[in-house]
Amino acid sequence: MADLKFPSPHKAETIPGTEGWERMYPYHYMFTTENPDRKKYEESMFWFYDGLHYPEPMYPFDIIWDEAWFLALSQYNSRIFIVPPALGIDHRIHNGYIYITPLPVANPEEIPKRVELFMKRAGYYYENWKDLEAKWEQKMRGIIKELADLQIPTLPDMEDESVVFDGVGVSTGYHLLNAYDKLIDLGILCWQYHFEFLNLGYAAYVFFVDFCSKAFPDIPVQKITQMVAGIDVIMYKPDEELKKLAKLAIDLGVDNVDWEGNPADLLKTMEGSANGKKWLEALNAARDPWFWVSTGTGWYHHDRSWNDDLGVPLSFVKIYVDKLKAGESIDRPTASVQAERDKLTAGYRSLLQTDEDRETFDKMLGSARTVFPYVENHLFYVEHWFHSIFWNKVRDVAKILVEYKFINDVEDIWYLKRSEIKDALWDLVTAWATGSNGRGPLVWPKEIEWRKSCMEKFRQWTPPDAMGAVPETISEPFTIVLWGVTSESMANWAKLREVTKGEVSKIVGFPGSPGTVEGKVRVCRTVGDIGQLQKGEVLVAPTTSPSWAPAFQKIAAAVTDVGGVMCHAAIVCREYGLPAVVGTGSATSRLKTGQLVRVNGASGEIDILG
Amino acid sequence: MEMLKYVLRFEDCDLTMVNRVGGKCASLGELLKADIPVPPGFAITTDAYKLFLAENGLTDKVLNRLKGLDEAMVDDINRASEEIRAWIEAGTISERLEDYVAERYRLLSRIARTPALPVAVRSSATAEDLPDASFAGQQETYLWVRGVDDLLDRIRKCWSSLFTPRAISYRMRRKFDHSQVLISVGVQKMVKSFAAGVMFTLNPATGDRATIVIDSNWGYGESVVSGEVTPDQFHVNKITMEVTKKTVSDKTIYYTTDPETDQVMKLEVDPERRLSQSLLDREIVALAELGVKIEKHYGKPMDIEWATEKSLPYKGDLYIVQSRPETVWSSKKAKPVVAPKASALEYIVAGLVEGKKIR
Repeated sequence: MADLKFPSPHKAETIPGTEGWERMYPYHYMFTTENPDRKKYEESMFWFYDGLHYPEPMYPFDIIWDEAWFLALSQYNSRIFIVPPALGIDHRIHNGYIYITPLPVANPEEIPKRVELFMKRAGYYYENWKDLEAKWEQKMRGIIKELADLQIPTLPDMEDESVVFDGVGVSTGYHLLNAYDKLIDLGILCWQYHFEFLNLGYAAYVFFVDFCSKAFPDIPVQKITQMVAGIDVIMYKPDEELKKLAKLAIDLGVDNVDWEGNPADLLKTMEGSANGKKWLEALNAARDPWFWVSTGTGWYHHDRSWNDDLGVPLSFVKIYVDKLKAGESIDRPTASVQAERDKLTAGYRSLLQTDEDRETFDKMLGSARTVFPYVENHLFYVEHWFHSIFWNKVRDVAKILVEYKFINDVEDIWYLKRSEIKDALWDLVTAWATGSNGRGPLVWPKEIEWRKSCMEKFRQWTPPDAMGAVPETISEPFTIVLWGVTSESMANWAKLREVTKGEVSKIVGFPGSPGTVEGKVRVCRTVGDIGQLQKGEVLVAPTTSPSWAPAFQKIAAAVTDVGGVMCHAAIVCREYGLPAVVGTGSATSRLKTGQLVRVNGASGEIDILG
Repeated sequence: MEMLKYVLRFEDCDLTMVNRVGGKCASLGELLKADIPVPPGFAITTDAYKLFLAENGLTDKVLNRLKGLDEAMVDDINRASEEIRAWIEAGTISERLEDYVAERYRLLSRIARTPALPVAVRSSATAEDLPDASFAGQQETYLWVRGVDDLLDRIRKCWSSLFTPRAISYRMRRKFDHSQVLISVGVQKMVKSFAAGVMFTLNPATGDRATIVIDSNWGYGESVVSGEVTPDQFHVNKITMEVTKKTVSDKTIYYTTDPETDQVMKLEVDPERRLSQSLLDREIVALAELGVKIEKHYGKPMDIEWATEKSLPYKGDLYIVQSRPETVWSSKKAKPVVAPKASALEYIVAGLVEGKKIR
């Protein structure tokens, strides 16, 4: 590698006007120089910007998921499964952007002992994968139900008589504090489960990838993923439900409604006929859980679900109704996807040179296929279903804060750390109990205004791809598979930096799905924008999720800011034979609607033609 | 039919006939049998060569002239070579042999719908494809041969090439019996290449056997083989047949034939063609499909010379002009990519412990 120098984390700039930004985030996330040991540690590590999850700066509340996986991922590596050479992943934040670094096991002499432990512990999971996975699903459904049932109580002027006559002994003030604790606790618990299988899943996958790349130095990761990926995965379910609803509407003769108008009007129209009612029943059955699909990654509070805005899925139903009426098929080409998968698998296998390699290939592919459904499906349970409900419960808390003027708007709550919300709730319930005025209204609205201005400045700032020192090797499976930290990607980061300096005529990302097309850009920042998409345009989006599926019926190619070869856009584009470039970091801000671009999904390059 | 003893269409040659038609013609026959389009042509068998020697009283005369030569006496060898080659080149090809060759040549011209079809005339020695034994004859090749007289003349020249000083001393050094080495001659339609180049059925840069790499330039393949231009390069995934990489280079020169004189000449590429892709996408895929077929046919990665012709389709417009086993990667002994292990878990552990080198 040529010159892979990244700036020292302690020399990272502070943006004028944001001084004091540190108080928006947990104190242990800061790079500091106050202690020589900690300073030395931070300088010696390789901190890379987690743009994969966080294309925009952190909201003080939304950092909850970062803390949750900070704990969960790390504990499974270091304390539960004892991954032989890898400890956890450490986190820092600078100017609102998250930097992470994998910790290796420092003393190589410990590794043999750790191997033994790992074989026993991880071995148990690999052996009993299907059973444990089924158990996992039960646990997840359990906590999602708990979450959905969790009531955030509003504070009454006077408690109900039953509090007295049933001898309850506690007030709504207590319940509110308790419900908030419970809410946060469920979120953290959900992320404990999130990683129960994920480390091991990625490990099985990454070393299949590793084997394939050794045997076939040119093999694109997308081809390996295609060999492993499931055909019938949850990711496709929400979209499939829309297709079913479109077919049903036609079958029942209730398709002549204003799909793009006000959803409430449409529901009312449907109520007006027997067949319409039948259709509504099907709609309601589909809504829980499939319409909890997020319109973003689910990592940010602003990633709303279809259930939060029924207009989105209903307007998608129209796309399918129109296609069906035009006599076009809307079914997924599953048979050809399956055939392609079989062809790839047999093709690569037959090109291996030795029996040993074929045996290795079979074993590794077998285990990768065992773990992959989890790797793909957990997203729906956690990031979509759970998160979508979770954000709304936090909004319920926010409504109370708004009522007591602690904050001006429900959506202001995201500018508070979750511990600050807890403090504010104490302020609020004690004032409620006392009959006095809380201090919150004097503190938070002003603070939130300032935080908003800081966030705006963070947004204008471009975080360096990495800081600190580059290590010789990385053993942490996530770092490799999820963030794709390799010598090539680091060189790419360096190249990207070069590119951004001059006039931008090229954008580079990960090759997500092969093929080259030219087309006009349509930047869709949210799923709500996809109505503007014209046939044959290149979709440029921060990310896509299953809730974007109908967009893929119209486009010629997809480009995203966030995501790797396993992200939604890449998988769906491969299925429909469309080129995709993913994980560009900044395509939505650097490309403009109407620009002509050439998207090369095999090389990951986007040329701006005019 | 007696004719078949002396003249054989490539279609009728196969690997069991190396002794009669030499390695080159035998493998052309094999390719045709595998439905791989090589330019059509025919072989003048070793029997024809033997007959020619006998009819001209040269069989023993030649051997006697070689007797007693000393490997170290270069001048002696040169003189013997000169004499023997003169005898052969002045020999008379009997009428019946001439008739056979002329008849085949006429039929070939008819297939190609070109009177006095330009052909390539090449020696195809019986042992030249043995490893380290390209001693048998100089690799004589005469291009753009037209008309029967010219053809017969070149055939004699190919025969005589068995006795170049280099070939003679090589056989002496290797203790090969001069009488056991025979020569056949291949006569093959010249391809008027529109574009041409080489194709490897693995990636010569990485050894990846799932990648086909095609180098291409306008005109004859010579410019690519000799390395005189940076050719266009295309990568094709052997399994999915997707073109995975296209590098269109600035192609400065190319070889073509002067339509008046049939002479090959080197020209500068017109400015508007320098940076255009020398093979269409569908041709890239069709060529790669041929590559797969050829590799399957030989059961090993191959190094192939190919050409496209846009004037007279014989079997489509793609031709394979040469194919030989790839040697660099294929000569490495196949050993497992990773050490075999008992279970997937053990692979995972080994992978984890090894980690990923990132610089």
